[in-house]
Amino acid sequence: MLEPVRMKYIDAIKAATLSKMSENESVILIGEGVPDPKAVFGSTAGLKEKFGPNRVFDMPVSENGMTGVMIGAAITGFRPIMVHQRIDFSLYAMDQIINNGAKWHSMFGGNAGNVPLTIRAIVGRGWGQGNQHSQNLAHIYASFPGIKVVCPSNANDAYHMLRLAVDDQNPVFYVEHRWLHNTEGYVTSDILPIGKARVVKEGEDLTLVAWSYMMLEALKIQEVFHRHGLSLEVIDLRSLRPLDIGTVKESVKKTKRLFVIDEAWKTNSFSSEIITQVVEDKSIYMVAKPGRSTSPDCYAPSTPHLSKHFYQSSGQIASAILDQFESNHFRHKAVQIKAELDGYDETRIHDVPDASFRGPF
Amino acid sequence: MIEEEIARRYKDQEMRCPVHLSIGQEMNAVAIAGTLETTDYMVSTHRSHAHYLAKGGHIDGLIGELYGKSLGCSRGNGGSMHLTDLSKGFIASTSIVGGTIPIGVGCAFSAKLKGSNSVSVVCIGDAAIEEGVFHESANFASLHKLPVIFFMENNNYSCFTPRHDRQPKRENGFKDVATAHGMNFLQLRWDNFTEDYVKLSFAIRAMRASQIKTPIFVEADAYRFVEHCGPSSDDNLGYRPESEVARFRALDPLKTIQQDLLYSGAISKEAIEDLEYTIQREINESFIRVQAAMGPGASELGAYLYA
Repeated sequence: MLEPVRMKYIDAIKAATLSKMSENESVILIGEGVPDPKAVFGSTAGLKEKFGPNRVFDMPVSENGMTGVMIGAAITGFRPIMVHQRIDFSLYAMDQIINNGAKWHSMFGGNAGNVPLTIRAIVGRGWGQGNQHSQNLAHIYASFPGIKVVCPSNANDAYHMLRLAVDDQNPVFYVEHRWLHNTEGYVTSDILPIGKARVVKEGEDLTLVAWSYMMLEALKIQEVFHRHGLSLEVIDLRSLRPLDIGTVKESVKKTKRLFVIDEAWKTNSFSSEIITQVVEDKSIYMVAKPGRSTSPDCYAPSTPHLSKHFYQSSGQIASAILDQFESNHFRHKAVQIKAELDGYDETRIHDVPDASFRGPF
Repeated sequence: MIEEEIARRYKDQEMRCPVHLSIGQEMNAVAIAGTLETTDYMVSTHRSHAHYLAKGGHIDGLIGELYGKSLGCSRGNGGSMHLTDLSKGFIASTSIVGGTIPIGVGCAFSAKLKGSNSVSVVCIGDAAIEEGVFHESANFASLHKLPVIFFMENNNYSCFTPRHDRQPKRENGFKDVATAHGMNFLQLRWDNFTEDYVKLSFAIRAMRASQIKTPIFVEADAYRFVEHCGPSSDDNLGYRPESEVARFRALDPLKTIQQDLLYSGAISKEAIEDLEYTIQREINESFIRVQAAMGPGASELGAYLYA
């Protein structure tokens, strides 16, 4: 039984890495900048000194080739953790991740071994990072059977899901978020397996689904709605593949309303999949059409003058949720909720995780 | 002989997958595998039948894949281009050019980290060095001094596209590619096969014995004697000169070495015929076993997605 320890999300990642590397000699760690002075935002600091140059590696700027090398190492007995400082860079490695990593076990009917590879990929957001450093691509990877895609939203999941990813016999794409790195939470002995969603807040009126950073927005929205007498059931999806649609469906059966907050672009975002799987289930009765908040179908601009229109504010998300509560009974509440969240948005700077942030990323 | 039998039976439509036959490249496979132990690794390409067999893969595993039967080495999931036999160190072949290059380098990385004596052979064709992943993998292999042998069979064509339409002239040919990545360069020339084989085998032995491994890049002569994909000839398309086809057929080390052995009296014509008879019987028996075997049942669809 672990004593609850309060720590930052990024420190939970480091603690999980440290503990797995201590427990299992076959765990190796590699990535651009892993042993450098900045140590991937501190998440790999001191690990090369502790575990030595045969377990912790920097790497050539060869994302695709190095992914294949790690797959080869994984097939022959290692459990590599590979790190990309931005998820955008992992697109270079799509061929190896998908054509080899995701398919390896099934392509050979299980006879050519398996690929216990963990790929850490960091999603950027805001602060002028623009088109190629701030995309959330988790849903792209979740399109492919044979890999698992996890999106921890808090320190406890960051810790346990990384440990579970390393233990997994399959490739796991571990999506972390730069805007979560400095958030704090308790790491406890509360472990949920990969592929299981978590009901974070119970509620009666609407099921609100989110994951990764958007969970923070969801929780803020839930709190304000709650104060005004609307009870949202908040589900942290945690894994996109395997997808725990059962937990979402059970909740919608109760609340009869569904809303999904997704950081990806609208078309083909993961929200499309969740909503489809719920509405195609004829046993589920809903009182309103499901809704979603996504990024618009364009790329994140660098300039803050435009990025403030790209990123969805909590007031905008709340408005979209309130569309499902149309009767006069709710009108007054809706105005109050919207006003409160708009006020909250005004206290924030839209392109940084918190006011103390001074950049660059 | 196995592939000639495949070619003969291909028209029956029971082998429902593409086949990239190794006919013409058998001796290369035998030569490189002859330098290896079972504990050494090999990865290969879409044209991997000869590599798989030479490394020790069972014939039923190959024929079973062609027929999509459960006794295939990949339980029928792979077909001709996804062969494996981990027990013999044949890690895998895959069907995208260059796809297994980093996998083979990763096996060598494993060997180094474990402190084992294994080496890893990455079989590629001449077009694979046009892929970025080759250079990424060679760079890493050389940087970490990994026991990798890039065994490039140069048949001068990528499907029908000749090499001069794909690659620039290099002053010292492929040696320049090897040197650029700090690798040793060796050739396996069909007009000097035996001597080059001995050199290759010594180089691999030296790599095993050495503390610091310098990867080796081998350029092996090669030529397709049948079409790129399928059981027949594609020379009617006129994409390669007849004189070139004739020259390589005459140089085929499988033939020249057999002639040398006969001439020197090391083996008799009767002994060769006896061997061929025995081998053909084994081949026929394998086809009988495979044809009688079951294909995977519906419950196996997607069953191996996760380990």
